[in-house]
Amino acid sequence: MTTSVSAVSAPSTAHSRGRNRPGRIAFYVVCTALAALFLFPIVWTAISSVKPPPEASAVPPTFLPSRLDLGNFVKLNEYGRGVWNYVGNSAGTAVMTVIGATLLSTLAGYGFSRFQFRGKGLLFVMILMTLMIPFQSILIPLFLILTGLKLQNTLFGLALVYITFQLPFGVFIMRNSFDAVPREIEEAALLDGCSSLSMLYRVMLNIVRPGIITVGIYAFLNSWNEFLAALIFMTKETSFTLPILLTSVRSGYYGSIDWGALQAGLIVTIAPCIFIFLLLQRYYISGLTGGATKG
Amino acid sequence: MSTVNLQISERRTERGGSIGRRSAGLFFVLPAVSFTVVFFILPLIFTVYMSLHDWPLLGDHEFIGLDNYSALLSDRQFWNSLWFTTRYTLLITPVIFILAFVLALLVSLPLPGVGIYRTVYFLPVVIGLGSSSLLWVWLLHDRVGVINAILTGLGLMDRPIIWLADSSYAMTAIIMSVVWKTVGFTMILLMTGMQAIPAELYEAAKVDGANYWGRLRYIMMPLLRRTFALALILSVIGSYLGFDQFFIMTAGGPQNSTISVVYWIYKNSFTNFKLGYGASLSIVLLVILVILSIIQLRLLRDETSY
Repeated sequence: MTTSVSAVSAPSTAHSRGRNRPGRIAFYVVCTALAALFLFPIVWTAISSVKPPPEASAVPPTFLPSRLDLGNFVKLNEYGRGVWNYVGNSAGTAVMTVIGATLLSTLAGYGFSRFQFRGKGLLFVMILMTLMIPFQSILIPLFLILTGLKLQNTLFGLALVYITFQLPFGVFIMRNSFDAVPREIEEAALLDGCSSLSMLYRVMLNIVRPGIITVGIYAFLNSWNEFLAALIFMTKETSFTLPILLTSVRSGYYGSIDWGALQAGLIVTIAPCIFIFLLLQRYYISGLTGGATKG
Repeated sequence: MSTVNLQISERRTERGGSIGRRSAGLFFVLPAVSFTVVFFILPLIFTVYMSLHDWPLLGDHEFIGLDNYSALLSDRQFWNSLWFTTRYTLLITPVIFILAFVLALLVSLPLPGVGIYRTVYFLPVVIGLGSSSLLWVWLLHDRVGVINAILTGLGLMDRPIIWLADSSYAMTAIIMSVVWKTVGFTMILLMTGMQAIPAELYEAAKVDGANYWGRLRYIMMPLLRRTFALALILSVIGSYLGFDQFFIMTAGGPQNSTISVVYWIYKNSFTNFKLGYGASLSIVLLVILVILSIIQLRLLRDETSY
């Protein structure tokens, strides 16, 4: 698995590297211009969020803030139960999803990789099959099931659903991770008298850690960012996750939209994703390429 | 629950040798399997069951056979939504692919600093589609939005466009925002495919006198077909299931012209609480997607024998 995204390839070769100076300059000009376009929406939101509130909703928009001001964040905090309630909802759901998805995927990956049992192929296919079926098409019964279990409007209920959505990817990644561990390591541990569980815990877990981190990042981001299921299952204002809170900030309290509060809310929602991605980029990309190209 | 299973599996393993090991495997996969059954397989079966009923949110449901499906055939908005979603998919897919291909070529060049560009182009992918849609609602706003300000400031437009309330601009605006958010994903897929092509092939072609475009056309493109097929499946399915962008950016308007299929399911099920009808729409969507996936997988399989 190529974890690093090192750049060698494309029809260009080492040969054309040093020779073509104007080409190189053109490359950097084009790439930098594109980078500016891609970054602009995020940077613009960040800049606007620290403007004094009147400037954040100025018509036409002003460029740089006249002074740094956290007024927009203060106003964001006036929505519903205050922004920490919603950060807590999103974080709580995400943490439960990450723990559940990594735990279940690691156990199942180990089981599918290292054991023979009846129905193994069928069960593996069943879990992966759910990749082909859009979760959007089963939301109605899920809504009834959660309501029936009295888990509607609870973080736990939402996390249960999110964990399930993560399983096909997670089990697939973890099965591959365990498959890549040489048998010899395991046999040596078996001779030392390790049981299968302590083998997993003492020997294997360290080796497959990159896979676990990959599954964890995806679980976090998908849970943190998910919109439709959260919209349907979390109908009480106190249970909203951040994306749902943002839509209610956007519709405004008295008909007029508080753009400054929306910008602040966007920053609160977006920042953790970007932070985690930049920190663990290698694992994220390996999940994408490993999970995608091997599938 | 899972810890109990683990203890049992451990004990059996210690006691029963290879047979114990056998059931141990089952115990390891059991938690994941149970979740999948309870929160995916059963709901799936239940969706089929519900689609054969008149099922209001409150009160009794009643078996009505295939009535929901025949109602669906004469549901004008359903067909409009299906056509709108198809048109959206047909429009956005080539935009994503062409842009992603160019970006992938750029970020595959062995030049210093190229990794930074790769990260920057990919960055919007990790933001939620809901958040990015809200961000673009603001960017595109006719009064406080910066896009109108820039375009009028540069003299490209006389007055601001109300992008999202005008059916001729809404599609363009939504595509612009979704491309920004998702193109990095396809870029990375294509780039990985490009990197998997052995450098010797290019070298050999070079010796044979092929220039850059020749190598691109006759070596890279054919070898990338499998990657293209995969990226195509993911992109088409993603577009077909679009909801957040329409719900947030246009709320289905103007005049219900941007209601996607998933949005129509949502409206029937969770605004009008016609759960049975929503279930029948879900089944139709599911069948359409499975057919699309199979068609595209076949494209992929033909490639393996290459």
